[in-house]
Formats: sequence, C-alpha cells, structure tokens
Amino acid sequence: MSTQMKSPVLDASLPEEEPLGARRGERLTALAQQHGALVALLLTVLIASVSFEAFPTSDNLGNMAVGSTFLAIVALGMTFVIVTGGIDLSVGSTFALGGVLAAWGSQYGTLVALLLPLAVCGLIGLVNGLLIAKSRLAPFIVTLAAMLLARGILLAVTDEGSTTYLVEERSFLATLGEESLLGVSLLVWITAVLFVLGALALRRSRFGQYVYAVGGNEDAASLMGAPVARTKIAVYTLSGLCAGLAGALNAAYLMSGVTILGVGMELDAIAAVVIGGTLLTGGFGFISGTLAGVLLLQVIKNIINQIGSLDSSYQQVVSGAFLAVVVVAQTWLGRKRRML
Amino acid sequence: MTETYDAGGPQAGSGPPGAEAVLRTAGVTKRFPGALALDGVDFAAYPGRVHALIGENGAGKSTLIKVLTGVYRADEGLVEYRGEPVEFATPLEAQHAGISTIYQEVNLVPLMSVARNLFLGREPRNRFGLIDFRRMHREAEEALRDLGVRVDVTRALRTLGIGAQQMVALARAVQVDARVVVMDEPTSSLEPREVETLFGVIRMLRDRGIAVVYVSHRLDELYEVCDTVTVLRDGKLVHTGPIAELDRLRLVSLMLGREMGEVRAEGLTKFSGEHETGGEPVLTARGLRVRHTLHDVSLAIRPGEVVGLGGLLGSGRSETAKAVAGALPPDEGEVLVAGASVRTGSTPAAIRAGISLLPEDRKAEGIVPGLSVRENIALAALPGLSRFGLVDEERVDRIVDTFMKRLRIKASGPHQKVGELSGGNQQKVLLARWLAMQPKVLLLDEPTRGIDVGAKAEVQKLIDELAADGLGVLLISSDMEELVEGSDRVVVLKDGAVVAELAGAEVTEDRLLEAIAAHSRAPEEGAPS
Repeated sequence: MSTQMKSPVLDASLPEEEPLGARRGERLTALAQQHGALVALLLTVLIASVSFEAFPTSDNLGNMAVGSTFLAIVALGMTFVIVTGGIDLSVGSTFALGGVLAAWGSQYGTLVALLLPLAVCGLIGLVNGLLIAKSRLAPFIVTLAAMLLARGILLAVTDEGSTTYLVEERSFLATLGEESLLGVSLLVWITAVLFVLGALALRRSRFGQYVYAVGGNEDAASLMGAPVARTKIAVYTLSGLCAGLAGALNAAYLMSGVTILGVGMELDAIAAVVIGGTLLTGGFGFISGTLAGVLLLQVIKNIINQIGSLDSSYQQVVSGAFLAVVVVAQTWLGRKRRML
Repeated sequence: MTETYDAGGPQAGSGPPGAEAVLRTAGVTKRFPGALALDGVDFAAYPGRVHALIGENGAGKSTLIKVLTGVYRADEGLVEYRGEPVEFATPLEAQHAGISTIYQEVNLVPLMSVARNLFLGREPRNRFGLIDFRRMHREAEEALRDLGVRVDVTRALRTLGIGAQQMVALARAVQVDARVVVMDEPTSSLEPREVETLFGVIRMLRDRGIAVVYVSHRLDELYEVCDTVTVLRDGKLVHTGPIAELDRLRLVSLMLGREMGEVRAEGLTKFSGEHETGGEPVLTARGLRVRHTLHDVSLAIRPGEVVGLGGLLGSGRSETAKAVAGALPPDEGEVLVAGASVRTGSTPAAIRAGISLLPEDRKAEGIVPGLSVRENIALAALPGLSRFGLVDEERVDRIVDTFMKRLRIKASGPHQKVGELSGGNQQKVLLARWLAMQPKVLLLDEPTRGIDVGAKAEVQKLIDELAADGLGVLLISSDMEELVEGSDRVVVLKDGAVVAELAGAEVTEDRLLEAIAAHSRAPEEGAPS
C-alpha cells in the first residue's frame, strides 16, 4: 500500500512555467502592501522634518504621539472588525460616551471611572456582535443604529450636552492622563502595550486565525469548524471596549468628559485601518499597518498646522485625497496579486 | 438487484460479514419548501470500505451528506454513529466526533497560507498560548508529503493550483483522526495525475480502517476505488450492494430509472455524430497570445460545426475561450466573426459581434442565484429588449417562455429562483441567457461538468440541435468521450499552444490521448520569455 502511496508525487510548489522573477515580483508587491503605510509615514516625517523647524522638536513629536493614542486605540479594535469583513460605525459615539462615563464615574473612585465606560461600551459592542452574528443583520446598519443610540445615551446623561463632568483631580484617572514614564506619556505606553497585545492576538493566537478565516471565506471557515458567530461577537465587543477605553483615556487627558467629541471618528479609524493595508473586504490586514496609518493621519494634520497659512479644514482635503490614493494603490496591488 | 444489504433499522446489522457499520441512517427524511429531498433513506458505511453514493442531481446525495455531517438535521429518522444515536448541531461537532468532509468546491480560505488552512483551529501552541509557527510549518509539510504533495506551506493557498488546494483540504480532513471521510465529487477539478494521487490516499485511508463515502459522477472512478455502492433517486434509496456485482449499464439505468435496453440503445452520450458544416468560418481566431498563458493559438469554426478543444487542465482551454470572448485581453492576435474584426479584450464588443461564452464556473461567473429563472435568462438580453430605458415585459415573457420550453428547463415556473434548481437546469438557464442574445458562435466551457447523467444527455442533445441550427460551437470538456462524440474536429492544446488538430475519422479517444501524451516532452513553442 505504502509503495502505491508514494509513487505519484504532486509538486505544487511552483508551476513550471512561472519564471522566478514573477515570484520575486509577488514578494515585492506583498511587501508594499504590508509596509506601504510605514514607508509613506517615514517619507512624510522626513520631508516635514526638513521643511519645518518646529516639526522635529521633542515637544511637537510628544504632542503628536499623545494626540494619536485615542484614534490609535479605536483603530486597533476596528482592525479586527474589518479583517472579519465587517465595519463598526458606532465607535465615534461610544468613544464620546466612554469619556463622559469615565468623567462622571471618577467621583466614585478610579475603579468605577475605568470599569463603567468599559462595561457600557463593551456591552454596546456585544449587542452589535450578537445582532450581526446571530440575527445575521448587516454590520453597516447595526452599528449605524448603535452609533445613534450611543450618541442618544450620551445626550441623556449630560442633559442634552449642557452638563460637563469633570475628572476628579488627584484621582488615578487624572494621573493616567498627566504622568509620564521615562519621558514618555503613560497614554503612549498604554497604547504601545495594547498594540503589542493586539498584534500577538491577531497574528499569533488561534482567535486571530479565526478572525482571518471568517473574513477570508466565511462559509469555508464555518465548514472547517471555526466558531464564526463567536468570532464576530468577539471582534465587535473588542471594538466597543477599545472605543470605551480610548474615551476614558481621552477624558483623563482633557480632565473632563467632552460631549461633542468623536463625531466622524469612526471614519478616521476606518481610514487609518485601510491606509495601513487592511482590505475592506476582509481576510487580510496588519496591526502594525494600522498604527502607521494612524500616525500618518496625525502627521498630515500636524504639517497642515505647521504651514499655518492653510485653513485647518484643508487637513480633511489632504487626508481624503491621501486615502483615495492609498485605496487605488491597494486595489492595484491586490489585483496584481490576484486577491480581488 | 437480487442481493441487497439491509441497512434499515438500527438492529438490522446485516452488512458485510464481521463488520459493524460505523455510520448509519435509518429512515432519514428531509423536507425543503416544495420538495422532499430525502424520503426514508437507510444508509450505512462500514470501516475499511469505500462506499460510493451516486444518483442524478437532485437525487438527494448532497442532502444526505449534509445530514451525515451536521449541516442539516433530519426531519424524521435516525443517524447512528458508532452504535449511538447522534444529532450533530454543526459540522464542527461532526468533525470532532471523527466525521470529516471534503466538499465539491474547495472550502478553504484562499488568502491564508497553506499551513494556516491546514491547522485552523488546531494550531500547535507554545506554553504562552501563542501559535508555534515553526512547528506548524514543519508538521504541515510532513502531512502533505505523506499525501504525496510537495509545496511551500507558507504560501497563500490561492497561489496553488486547484488540485493542490484539494489535496490540502484532504490533508486537513485526514488529520483530524477521522473514522469517516466523506468526499463530495473530489475529482471534479483534478488532473489525471492528481486523481491518481487521490486514489492512493483513498486506498490508504481504507487500509487504515476508515470508512470512506465517495460521491462522484464519473463511473470509471467508482469502479476503480469503490467497494460498495448506494444509488439514490428522487430522494429514495433504490439500491445498495457491492459494486462488482453491478455492471455500468445497470448502474446507469438504476440512477436514471430508465430501462437498460433504452440506455443501451441510446448510448451514454446523446450526440448524433457528424454535423452539416460548410461555408466560410463564422469565427476565426489568429495568433492569440497571453503572457504565461497562451502562445500563438489559432482556430476557426464554420457555421454548424462543433469544434472540440482538448487538452489537460491548465493547457489553456478556458483561457482560449475567454480570450476569444473578450474576457481575457490578449497581448497579440485577432478575432474575426464572419470575416469582420472584433475588438479584443472587450466582452460587450464580443457579444455584439455574436460571440457568447458559457463559463466554466457557473456559480462564480454565470448565474445569479437569488434572481428568478426569467430574470437570469433576460439579464444579458435586456438592453435589446428595452425601449427608452424601459423593459418590454411582454417580449421578455415570450423569450423566456420559448427558451424554457425549447431547453426543457425544469422549474416550477419562470419566477422560481435559479439557486433552487439542479445543476443541470442552472446550466440550461445560462445557455438560454446566451441563446436569447442570438449568437453566431457559442463557446461552451465544460457545459456538462457537475450535472447528472440525464441532464448531461439533454445538454448534449441541445448542443447538437444548436449546431444543426447553424451555430458555430466551441466545446471544451475534460470528458474525453463527450469531446470525441460531440465534436467534428478537435483542436488539442498543451501548455497554451496548439499541438494537434484531429478531424473526421481521426477524432477518437485513442488519437486524442496520443495527441496529448505524444507532445508532453516536446520543447514548448513560444515558451515564456
């Protein structure tokens, strides 16, 4: 039997007629897809450092780092959602809600200040996930509803936005927003740790494999025994938790829960994720790319400010144009690799 | 049909001597809206045996498999696994219990690497709970090498050929300590060489005492690897017994429910043979070149002629059809319809010129399952059926009615969703769509793949009729018998180049095989630079 087994060897490693160059070309496009955002970020930073004296100062860089942490954490959760082929439009509202809840909760102690926004925003994410995974509703509609709902709750707890809760001074929450370690803000440290954990979860954990599988081919994933519904519920819950935490940290940074924040933030997060090389169709993406995408958006914003003569609304024009360029490049690279 | 195993009832265990069924159903019934898919089916699979499950499309094979593997639950009846009644809620549960399935279409995640696909859900982990990629890659390589496949397991699955992908699916199925392996038409997209490998694996599984349930439309394969056969027809079990006791004709007549004499008289294909051909070619393709794919392919089809395109999987058959139909832009070459040049690389231009392509993958490239029969037929013809942007509903009804009758499309009516039809009828709907465009040339890429014997014969008869009506037909088929009997001439491709052309009395299976085999070591013409 075993002899019969071994006789026909199927060599699928390389189609014979495919020249080696094609393989190398594919490697290059794969690299461009994975690290394109990082390369663009480095180039932009280099150009900005040469062009503007005030850009490469430690103050400016530090401010940019702290300024990007909130979007970064939101985009981290969003990356998981988009890799499953979904979308989460509720994160802007839950971000603002998380901030208000944290500020309000800080009067009852740090534990409440941190756990309340996580619990509420995590719950919103969980409900999103349940509706999407179990009731098979479209993520776009479900999270759009959650976005309106979270904004509504926010207005209700702040008396239509007229009450602004302040974060208790000297509370641990306030410390999180103010203190730094080794000259780097605690917020940046927290974000960095979250990204390392996120990258490990996506690339090196079984859960991460399920996330890719669900986004890559949901039917196949389910037939291969992947827990499709549980994975979807998990990513939306994670996204809600990230948005809530980002909101709480933002409240700590601003020392108050500002109600008007987070409008349109979901779109910035999606933009950052896509710029980072993650496919909106799912099944392909990187945490590191998302980080590069967030920083790139932040640097563009900073450059527009540096120019000074330009109205800050141009930042959106530039970000929008940049996003369009990235999506075109992504699609082109994807087609070249026959992924789309 | 004198000797039949009694697979009925959990107590009636009179299978092969000395063997206890590992998986068995008793009186399983499954209803779908408007259809009884399974009607009291008693089926049993024994360890160390390869069990063929056959029947026409719509006979209930897929439904039975889905009931066995936890995709569907039976409305009535019992599923017994290792002597215990079971009710699997999900494919995962069935898999954990030891029942693995390989589906007709490769069901893996194309963007993920081979190793990740192979180990999804079972990844080896280190003591921190993180995936140990080095071990995973090593084990993946070993597992595939055991099946006779050498491949870089870090590559994305989609970069592999379809046969290799199937092998990965098989490796996955075998790895999860399976007691039962169910294969739903595993060879439908494999090359002969890959089929050999697959059969080797099936025999290995059998010798390990695994029960294999094997579904296929290819009769040769059944006789080559299967021990036992179960025939389903219209949701009912009509025969179970050793395959050696059943000759081919008897098997086909059981499947079709037709008399043996009838089958013998009509043969296994429905082609009538020669066609009246004549005049100037209706289609001429000259010097088609596509980088890495086609190297100077030329062909001509006269009205009323069926030209077969032979060759192995990957020889450039589908690509030739696509290049002619504008779906694959050629780097060089020209296409002429009735002597007039057609702009290449544009499907609308090709369609306007009268070229219609029935694609190979009807699920991905053809039917819209959620739309009705009527809408699917009218889809491509709509621009011609509209006035001032509004669709002329009456004309659509007339056309749909004509083609449903002419092609004998079996549906509850023009408004039934195409997704609910059998494969053969879906194919006919597609054919109707293109015929509604009144084409001059019809390119048929595997028109009978994956459809049952009865529907196959009907489609073949239709091809004959269409040629008789003066259409030029290009027929692509992996089924040699079909190709030889259906074509007036056969153009043989190998590695993207024409290596032979058979005409008249030369069109035989032997000559075709020779043509394909003889050139296998010859230096390639116009090889990629």
